[in-house]
Amino acid sequence: MSAAAEPHWVHARKEPTALARFFDNKAVLVIACLFPAVGLLTVFLTYPLGLGVFLAFTDTTIGRRGVWVGLENFQYLASDPIFWGAVFYSVFYTAVATVLKFALGLWLALLLNQHTPFKSLIRAIVLLPWITPTVLTAIAFWWIYDPQFSIISWVFVEALGWRTENFNFLGSEWPARFSLIAANVWRGIPFVAISLLAGLQTISPSLYEAALLDGATPWQRFRYITVPMLLPILAIVMTFSIIFTFTDFQLVYAITRGGPVNSTHILATLAFQRGIPGGQLGEGAAIAVAMIPFLVAATLFSYFALARRKWQQGEGND
Amino acid sequence: MASVAFRDVRKSFGSTHVLHGVSVEIPDGEFVVLVGPSGCGKSTLLRMLAGLENITGGEILIGGRVVNQVPPKDRDIAMVFQNYALYPHMTVRDNMAFSMKLAQAPKDVMEREVLRAARILGLEALLDRFPRQLSGGQRQRVAMGRAIVRNPQVFLFDEPLSNLDAKLRVHMRSEMKELHQRLRTTTVYVTHDQIEAMTMADTIVVMEHGHVRQAGPPLELYDRPANLFVAGFIGSPAMNLVEGAVTPDGFRCADGTLLPLPRHARPTPGTAVYGIRPEHFRLDPHGMPARVQVVEPMGSETQVVLRIGEVPVTGVFRERIAARPGDLLPVSPDLRLVHLFNKETGERIAPAMEETHA
Repeated sequence: MSAAAEPHWVHARKEPTALARFFDNKAVLVIACLFPAVGLLTVFLTYPLGLGVFLAFTDTTIGRRGVWVGLENFQYLASDPIFWGAVFYSVFYTAVATVLKFALGLWLALLLNQHTPFKSLIRAIVLLPWITPTVLTAIAFWWIYDPQFSIISWVFVEALGWRTENFNFLGSEWPARFSLIAANVWRGIPFVAISLLAGLQTISPSLYEAALLDGATPWQRFRYITVPMLLPILAIVMTFSIIFTFTDFQLVYAITRGGPVNSTHILATLAFQRGIPGGQLGEGAAIAVAMIPFLVAATLFSYFALARRKWQQGEGND
Repeated sequence: MASVAFRDVRKSFGSTHVLHGVSVEIPDGEFVVLVGPSGCGKSTLLRMLAGLENITGGEILIGGRVVNQVPPKDRDIAMVFQNYALYPHMTVRDNMAFSMKLAQAPKDVMEREVLRAARILGLEALLDRFPRQLSGGQRQRVAMGRAIVRNPQVFLFDEPLSNLDAKLRVHMRSEMKELHQRLRTTTVYVTHDQIEAMTMADTIVVMEHGHVRQAGPPLELYDRPANLFVAGFIGSPAMNLVEGAVTPDGFRCADGTLLPLPRHARPTPGTAVYGIRPEHFRLDPHGMPARVQVVEPMGSETQVVLRIGEVPVTGVFRERIAARPGDLLPVSPDLRLVHLFNKETGERIAPAMEETHA
């Protein structure tokens, strides 16, 4: 024990400087940490939202400060068939596109969850539609749906000879509506597929093995294991997907601009159309505000109907 | 209930060979423990028996029927997984009834069977809880309940106790053994813990690198390990294994220390290994002087790390040892219980050691 005679090395404790003490103060820290978030939210979220809601109750036009008109904008919209057309198409567009996105996305996720060669490469490719800028997607689909140069028409007319004339994708109401939904589905599938794939990978393989030993068929394993285990993630992904689809603007505006004859206007494009090119800022804002109840309803539905499952909660919830 | 047989079972994943011809016969109603270090292939063997892994070569029989091509659900087995694999979105009752629900059993039969299993395991009060609301030991019991409900011919356990804390593990160990004595269902149990194997098994199968090293009743493996691997694996603290040569004077270690041998031990060519279990040393005023390194009192016994010459050995004594590190403690091995192994082959040197056991 010769070391006992030597003095122990002691870590030198420096007295904190005044600046260090200032930043160690809890109140200062709380304010310093909260400021950026609160500032950003105020400037970029609360202010535009508040301004939009305020404008909806005025008759502001571009270049003229409006006056408070109460519910007049909404009363006008209630009797406007184009507005109701946009409400109908917004709901229809969201509903059909969401159902298709989830059906195809879940199917794709289940496929990608299998052990396939080049798995990571395929997953990367699947993400492509999602990372393409929306306007590029829109222009591509614009060409695909072009009355003269559509590749689909070319395949059916020139290559296969099944038709004698080109498709008229965007020229009449219903074909235009479904064409837009197809473009939205193509763009939206990767998000759903990759999110659900992440969800699938959290399911323990031993659950499937236990079910296999319990005698479950593949369909029963999907029905009794995959679906219930995936529901919470499904709910969140669905909420996001509904919100993104309902508030979609770029695809619709870039491909059809709401035409033909306003048949493909959704609320976001109609609000823009009335507010900016039309100059009626107050009316445009009122259309945008009219989207809020739909979005709240969609969110509450997914949240309460799907996400709050008893078994996910911890102990003490009998 | 049924017997189980592995006949020259092989398994490879691609070019990696995991099992190299395993043959084990398990009589009806027996509790067999497959034990070995991780990566020895014991879990793979169990999963092959369950039908979760396909069989590369050889045959697996359940109740005399070759099941190589039989799908898992038709093998009439039930398995308890290491992580229990309880369905988290189902109550305890639904978890246990799931297999019957899939088989479209009548409601009253389902309820009766679930209650029977719940009563065996003391789960009656927990039937409406979700797995998340249960403790580790309760989840373990639910997993067993799910197996019992099915009335299988064979129970399979894949390291079922390794997620429990030490005290609960000891408790569940005796509970499972007691359960097996009551149900008498053939059981194949995989563990890496030799104490679980010793305490629970009718037959232990020791595996290493995809080979069966020895199979037999626990005490036979303990008393007559067939090779160095089993000698070192079974027993805690592990058997002392010392390299050296068998000479007419005794066992000469590499550093020249001489250890006593039984009279009938005959010199053998090549390097040998001298094996003596820690509890087979005894305090002996006429024994070899051993220098005490570390004393670990356990209460019921005392574990002492000793050095005989330059050879480190561990001894376990029923007596309380007052010696301090550095002291000399005279000890001698029980000559009837000395083992000799061939260093090269690892095999027990049998002819030289026809000792009798108490």
